[in-house]
Amino acid sequence: MVRSDYLSWGRVLRPRQTVTRPAFMGDVAAILRGSRTSVLPFGMGRSYGDSCLNADAALIDVRALNRLIAFDRETGVLEVEAGVTLAEILQYLTAVSEPERSWFPAVSPGTKFVTVGGAIANDVHGKNHHSAGCFGNHVLSLRLLRSDGTTHLCSPSQETALFAATIGGLGLTGVILSAVLQMKSVPSLWLEVEDIRFEDLAAFDRLNAESADWEYTVAWTDCLARGPQLGRGIFTRARHAGRLGPPPPAMLRFRRSMPIDLPGFALNAASVTAFNALYWRRAPVTPTRRVSSYEPVFYPLDAIGQWNRIYGARGFHQYQCVVPTVTAPEAIPALLNAIAAARQGSFLAVLKTLGSRPSPGMLSFPMAGTTLALDFPNRGAATYDLLNRLDAITAAAGGRIYPAKDGRVSAGDFQRGFQNWRDFARHVDPHFSSSFWRRVTAPFESSSNS
Amino acid sequence: MRRVVIFGATSAIAQATARLFAAEGARIFLVARNAERLEAVAADLRLRGAAEVHTTVADLTDMADHARLVEQARATLDGIESVLIAHGTLGDQAESERDPTALLREMTTNFLSPASLLQALAPVMAHGTIAVIGSVAGDRGRQSNYVYGAAKGGLRVFTQGVRHRLASRGVDVVLVQPGFVDTPMTAAVAKGGPLWAKPERVARDIHRAMARGGPAILYTPWFWRWIMLIIRLVPDAIFRKTKL
Repeated sequence: MVRSDYLSWGRVLRPRQTVTRPAFMGDVAAILRGSRTSVLPFGMGRSYGDSCLNADAALIDVRALNRLIAFDRETGVLEVEAGVTLAEILQYLTAVSEPERSWFPAVSPGTKFVTVGGAIANDVHGKNHHSAGCFGNHVLSLRLLRSDGTTHLCSPSQETALFAATIGGLGLTGVILSAVLQMKSVPSLWLEVEDIRFEDLAAFDRLNAESADWEYTVAWTDCLARGPQLGRGIFTRARHAGRLGPPPPAMLRFRRSMPIDLPGFALNAASVTAFNALYWRRAPVTPTRRVSSYEPVFYPLDAIGQWNRIYGARGFHQYQCVVPTVTAPEAIPALLNAIAAARQGSFLAVLKTLGSRPSPGMLSFPMAGTTLALDFPNRGAATYDLLNRLDAITAAAGGRIYPAKDGRVSAGDFQRGFQNWRDFARHVDPHFSSSFWRRVTAPFESSSNS
Repeated sequence: MRRVVIFGATSAIAQATARLFAAEGARIFLVARNAERLEAVAADLRLRGAAEVHTTVADLTDMADHARLVEQARATLDGIESVLIAHGTLGDQAESERDPTALLREMTTNFLSPASLLQALAPVMAHGTIAVIGSVAGDRGRQSNYVYGAAKGGLRVFTQGVRHRLASRGVDVVLVQPGFVDTPMTAAVAKGGPLWAKPERVARDIHRAMARGGPAILYTPWFWRWIMLIIRLVPDAIFRKTKL
């Protein structure tokens, strides 16, 4: 069935794609056999750009593969089909949590509306990257179906090359059918949380250094602040609290939803600047500790269904890069200055220090350093010009951009950022492709920027 | 603990409804055609809290087997309180127009088989609810799917009769009339727009109706009651000019 309603989260592109929807894992092989074009697995569509799209070719929507297979309450080992979402896992873990012990996903990104297959394919990271690494660090094994009809059980000790390629492999190595994940034991599903306002990037670094015994850290930053206020923001740190009565309820449905696309003029430099300044001031000067459900700390935006419509019908780009520890002190201010000067950023700007634990994934995004993520409403050429400037700063710093967020980086910048992409390409299934992959593997003039 | 029997347990709507029963700790008996799929569904329900899940592989178009199946479910669960009859196919209308065998097959799967199951269940149930999945397609014959629609329309009258028959015994029979549901069964249909519902949404309505024993006809989501009222009321002289 040719559809034009399968979009990525940024909603800039509206490709036509043939979509099939297997009801059971056993249906996938026939779909692969029957497809005359390249295929790409599709989950919740939370990738922002074109890495989850396959224009003029085929998608395999895996969301009906959402069954739990097994859970060991003693070891916290959970086996699920690849279309199960983190939201469903959290709901399940809430239901089975016991007074003496609860289980929680070892790594979770900023939304729980992602499938396990998608979390593996993008090797997502969370607020605990500095201590826990990536999602792929906690995958004990996965079952992968290739277009030649073979199923591969991949793990750190079995079919290791295919395992390494599939983690962070952007869905290109085959269809992940199911996965065995290690959940982490926590004293409760409640969190102890502190919000701390900081004045500049030096203060951000200081807070990171002081937060060694906090499992989760992240900072919101006012991306339009300039001069001495450059890099100011709110630092949030959290850790699992002791047991506080029954677990917080798992929220599966939205309290509110964006009913329409917001008109383009609603988000302009003036309104965003005003919002950011107010938001920064709202945080208390002296840190206050509170106890919270994990929902608002981990997934603040999940409370509003389809929040991406706030950026209007033209959609938006998210820009997320990471720069290594040694170059970050210069690159991060340079990035923030470029954004503030262009007066284009939005209110969702996030700074996070990434740790040095390596992921098994060959194409995994994180590296030890600092990552900056923010939204840009799609304003055409002006937006692309700015993003290209940011690419140049990132590349000069030896950093890279996050494929899950990207829809426009040049092939050259991708290939320089992921030096082992050619090794990875050897594991790509010959019948799999994506709009992203075709774009970033296009030949480029390597002399132009080196 | 509720004792629940589900026929056609691997359908998307049946699975979503079964998960709601599982979360309540129900004892569940599942019937479906494909052993591998059935086991995947059963494992999922066990993890989601079902006190016990039993499975039986059966082809529900084999109506001679129905009495035995119902007896097996009754014996396994030590009585039956809730039944969901959920199997069906969204056949190919064009094929049924060309080929009488296809027509008979559609009628068997979507009308005769659930009707026969109702007959087998009627004497066994002492109380509780039987829910049967019909379709809004059964409310008025349309050129694009009147074979499927006629089967579901027949089921509507049949279910009404069984509801009448069992009323004095305190057994409720509910005809579930889903509108467009976004399931693998409808994967070949272009989606989008506010009329398409997720199976989870439909399952919540079914689960509630099965607990309450009504209404006699459950439109889900609710707005289909009004859409179908209008469609039924359109005069034939106008209806025949439409392309529906």
